[in-house]
Amino acid sequence: MLNYIWAGLILISLIFGIVNGRIDEVTNALYSGANNAVNACITLAGVMSVWGGFIKIAENSGATAIIGRMLSPLIRLLFPTLKKGGKAANAISMNMAANMLGLGNAATPLGIEAMKQLQAENPDKTVASDNMVTFVVLNTASIQIIPTTISALRSRYGASNPMDILPLILITSLLALAVGLTVNFLFILGTKGARVWSRKTKLERVVI
Amino acid sequence: MGLISVYALPAILIVFIGLGLIKGVKIFDSFLEGAFDGLKTLLKIAPSIIGLITAVEMFKASGALDLLTYALSPMARLVHMPPEVIPMALLRPISGGGSIALLDRMLATYGAESKIGLICSVMCGSTETTFYTITVYYGACGVVKTRHTVIAALMADAAAALFSTLIVNIFTSF
Repeated sequence: MLNYIWAGLILISLIFGIVNGRIDEVTNALYSGANNAVNACITLAGVMSVWGGFIKIAENSGATAIIGRMLSPLIRLLFPTLKKGGKAANAISMNMAANMLGLGNAATPLGIEAMKQLQAENPDKTVASDNMVTFVVLNTASIQIIPTTISALRSRYGASNPMDILPLILITSLLALAVGLTVNFLFILGTKGARVWSRKTKLERVVI
Repeated sequence: MGLISVYALPAILIVFIGLGLIKGVKIFDSFLEGAFDGLKTLLKIAPSIIGLITAVEMFKASGALDLLTYALSPMARLVHMPPEVIPMALLRPISGGGSIALLDRMLATYGAESKIGLICSVMCGSTETTFYTITVYYGACGVVKTRHTVIAALMADAAAALFSTLIVNIFTSF
């Protein structure tokens, strides 16, 4: 998908630039853009490396596991059919803990592990189970305690307290997650209702 | 509210390091290992950030971004969203590197403390790259039929776009 978007951005810029008579600006942007991009990467390098270091300390000292354990009641609520204390439940809680601490590269392998465990309990291997959908929706809405990348960029552009939007981000992401989960559970209820209904008609057919 | 944001990071760091000391973890060694991982991650996403920031800059310079913003502004006005924010709402679910690139440009243009800058920052921080997550997670376990995943995740993204505008509007009105 990004292939088309990127190609589209470049092509539209070039054609638009020629038609608009702004092709000089567009070609200049090619150089200044690349230059700005490298500067942005240097800003991010500091923060990502320092935060990566602290996260590793958290991982090795067991803080991530503690957060994971604190999340387990929540996980039981969201995944009611999951085996308590099983491999899948464990992987899900560790994935959520890593997500909350804001480093995707630790969260993704844990999330994939969780998906594999959920797949093992899934009766139809080609169709996503209820728990799988819930888990993916949970991961597409990110709940972060410390939004590191964003604060780094904000401090680069002169925010006096780059962390001051932290509560705003937390509230927004919780609300967005609530919407995603509501839609998800409505669909799950809907399919359950349909299943019950079709079972009933089958039964009626037998009676007839 | 300001109190939380000032003390959250220090408090978390004290817990991490304190716990590490209690458990006898080699703290600095752990830090170095993680810092290296952080740099590796950056190196992995740097090419896409460079490619996308360049493309966004070109798109802006050509005047196409203004046109896109203008075309979508009636929709944005409906929910009291500044039209300049629309490109972020569109790009966020599709590309993580792209939205970081766009956020960088938005903050450079409008400033980190501006309303537009704040809305973009909150939007960027409150959701994940939906399509990437769906592809990677389902791809890893061979599931083909994803049922209602995409619709639920996109509803959450739309909600994030709306709520970030609403919450920043409330926040800045104090």
